[in-house]
Amino acid sequence: MKLNKITMAIAAAAVVLTASTVQAEIQPAVVYDKAGKFDKSFNEAVFNGIKRFTADTGISVREVEPTNEVQVEQGLKKLAKRGNSPIVGVGFNQANALSAAAQAYPNTQFTLIDMVVPEANVQNVVFRSQEGSFLVGALAAMKSQTGKVGFIGGIEIPLISVFGCGFEQGAKHINADIEVVYSFVGSTGAAFANPSKGGEIARSQYEAGADIIFAAAGSSGNGVIQAAADMGKLAIGVDSNQNYLQPGTVLTSMVKRVGEAAYQSYATAQNGTWKPGFVSMGLAEGGVDWALDEHNRSLVTADMEAQVNALKASIIAGDISVHDYMSDNTCNY
Amino acid sequence: MSDVFLTVLLTLDATFRVSTPLIIAAMAGLFAERAGVVDIGLEGKMLAAAFAAASVSAVVGSPWAGLGVAMLVSCGLAMLHGFATITHRGDQVVSGIAINILVAGLSVILGLAWFHQGGLTPALDNDSRFLSITLPFVDQLAFIPVLGPLYKELISGHNILVYLAFAIVPIVWWVVYRTRFGLRLRAVGENPTAVDTAGLSVVKLRYKALLIGGVLCGIAGTYIAIAHNAQFTRDMTAGQGYIALAALIFGKWRPLTVMLACLLFGFLDALAVRLQGVALPGIGEIPVQVIEATPYLLTVILLAGFIGRATPPKASGIAYVKER
Repeated sequence: MKLNKITMAIAAAAVVLTASTVQAEIQPAVVYDKAGKFDKSFNEAVFNGIKRFTADTGISVREVEPTNEVQVEQGLKKLAKRGNSPIVGVGFNQANALSAAAQAYPNTQFTLIDMVVPEANVQNVVFRSQEGSFLVGALAAMKSQTGKVGFIGGIEIPLISVFGCGFEQGAKHINADIEVVYSFVGSTGAAFANPSKGGEIARSQYEAGADIIFAAAGSSGNGVIQAAADMGKLAIGVDSNQNYLQPGTVLTSMVKRVGEAAYQSYATAQNGTWKPGFVSMGLAEGGVDWALDEHNRSLVTADMEAQVNALKASIIAGDISVHDYMSDNTCNY
Repeated sequence: MSDVFLTVLLTLDATFRVSTPLIIAAMAGLFAERAGVVDIGLEGKMLAAAFAAASVSAVVGSPWAGLGVAMLVSCGLAMLHGFATITHRGDQVVSGIAINILVAGLSVILGLAWFHQGGLTPALDNDSRFLSITLPFVDQLAFIPVLGPLYKELISGHNILVYLAFAIVPIVWWVVYRTRFGLRLRAVGENPTAVDTAGLSVVKLRYKALLIGGVLCGIAGTYIAIAHNAQFTRDMTAGQGYIALAALIFGKWRPLTVMLACLLFGFLDALAVRLQGVALPGIGEIPVQVIEATPYLLTVILLAGFIGRATPPKASGIAYVKER
C-alpha cells in the first residue's frame, strides 16, 4: 500500500518533469486594482481567468491586492524581486507604477491590461471597445421605439469616446435616421463615481425622448441603470456583464474579457510566445463581446440575436470595419 | 411653447432632486458654524450615512431602519468631531478633513468585507428604498392650464425626504431665530465668553449643535444612497458636502438664503445636464466645465466682496478656552 503511494508519487514527479521540459517553468503573478478581486467587475473577471489557468495547468498564481496607490508599485516590485514573471497589472491606473517597476526589473515580463506604457519588457493589452460598442449600438437601434438612443460617458476623453463612437456607428448601421445623443458626467475622476449625477443625466435624456442609454461611466453607470429601472426604460451596461443588476432593464452589456487577457498572457509565457508590445483584443480574439443571459433573454428576440451575431461575424471577417475614435480623435466614419 | 414649458418644469423638477442633499447638509453646517464649530466633515458624515443606510436597508429591507442607523452613525462622527475640537480644542478643519478621509476609506473596506462587491452594497429593490410619492388629485387637476402640469411634474412625484428637506428649512429658521436655544446657539458662535458669563455651558451648547448637524447629515446621506439611488458606491457623495459649505457661505449663514443658494447650485447642475451639446442663440455652446465651476466661482466672488459681505459667526473656528 505504502509502496504503491511512493510509486505513484514518483510517477507523478516524472510526469511533471517531462512536462516541464516541454513548457517553460513560470511563476506567474498578478496585482489587482484597488477595488479588490471580488468587485463583481474588472478584477473578478481577471481572478476568474487566473482560476481557470490554475485549474488547466496546476500552476498557482501569486496575488497582490493593494488597498492604495503606493502599494501597487510596491507590490509589482516585490513580486519581480521574488522572481515572479509574467506579472499582470490590472487597469489603466497602474500605468505609472508598472512603468517604474518595469524599468527597475528589465528581465521580468510585465503585462498591463487596458493601458499602454512604452517599456521594452511590457506587454500592453488593449481592447477594441469600438467593436463591442458597435454590436450593442446595433441592438439598441433594433430595440428602440422612439428612434433616439443615448450615450453617457464619464469624461469626454478619447478612451471613453471610443465607446460612444462605436455605439453610434452600430446604431446608424441598423437605422441611418436614428438620433444618438451624447452626455458626459463631469470633468474629473469623480465623474466615474457619481451615480446621482449619472442618474440625473439619464433622466434628462429619457425625458428628451431617448429610450435606451449606453453608459460608459464607471459606477456613475449604476445610477443610469437605476434611473432606467425607475422610469421603465432600458439601459446598456459596460465592462463586465451588468445584466443581473436590473433584470428586464439592462438590454445587454458590452463586456471586456479581461480574464481572457490574463489567461493568454500566462499561457503565452508558458509556451514561450509571450512578446512585449501591443496586444489588441477585439471580437475576433474574444476580448470584447455583447452579453446575453437569463437576465436579458426576454428583451432580445431570436431575430435580434441572429442579426447581432451576423454583424459580429461580419466584423470578425473584416466585411465591416469599425472606426476607432482614438486613431484620429474624431468620429468620422 | 408647451414643449419649452415642459422642459422648464422638468429642469426645475431635477433641481429639487439635486438640491435636497445640499439643503439638508447646509442646514447641518449652519447649526455647527452658528455655534462656532467649522464643519468640513459634512462630506464624510454624509458618506458614512449613505453607506450605513444602504447597508442596513440591504440587510433588513426597511428604508426607515436604514435612515435610523444612518443618523446614529452620522451623530457618532459628529461626536468624534466634537470630542476632538470642543473637548480637546483641536483644529476644527483638521478634524473635519480627518473624518472625510477616514470615512472614504472605511466605507469601502467595510463594504468589501461585508458584501464582496468591490466596495459597493447590494442593489436595493423598491421595498427597501424611499420611493416617489404621487400627491392626491394629480390627474383630476391636470386639466388646469399651467397649474395642472406644474402640480403634477413639479410638486408631486418626489420621495418623502425631498419634502422633508423643504420642511426643515422653516423649522431651522424658527429654531435659530425664535427659540431660547437658538438665541444661545447664535450667542455661542458670536461671543462664547458672554454665554459662559451668563452661566451657560459653551461646551454643552456646541455639542448639541453638532448633534443636530449629525442627524441632518444622516438624512442627507440616506437620501443620496437609498432615495436618489439604490445602492452605495465608493465616494458617492462626490463633493456635495463642500458644495453645501459653499452654499452656507453664499447664503450668509441664514436658513432661507442658504436654501436659495442650494437651489441655485442645484439648478445650475440640472441646467448643465440639459445644456450639454446645445448651442444657445448668440452665445453658442457653453462648455460644461464653466457651469460646473460656477458654484465655486460665485462663492469666491462673494468672498472677494463683489456681491455683498459674507461675515461668518465671530467665534467660528475658534475653540473656547475658559479663562481662569
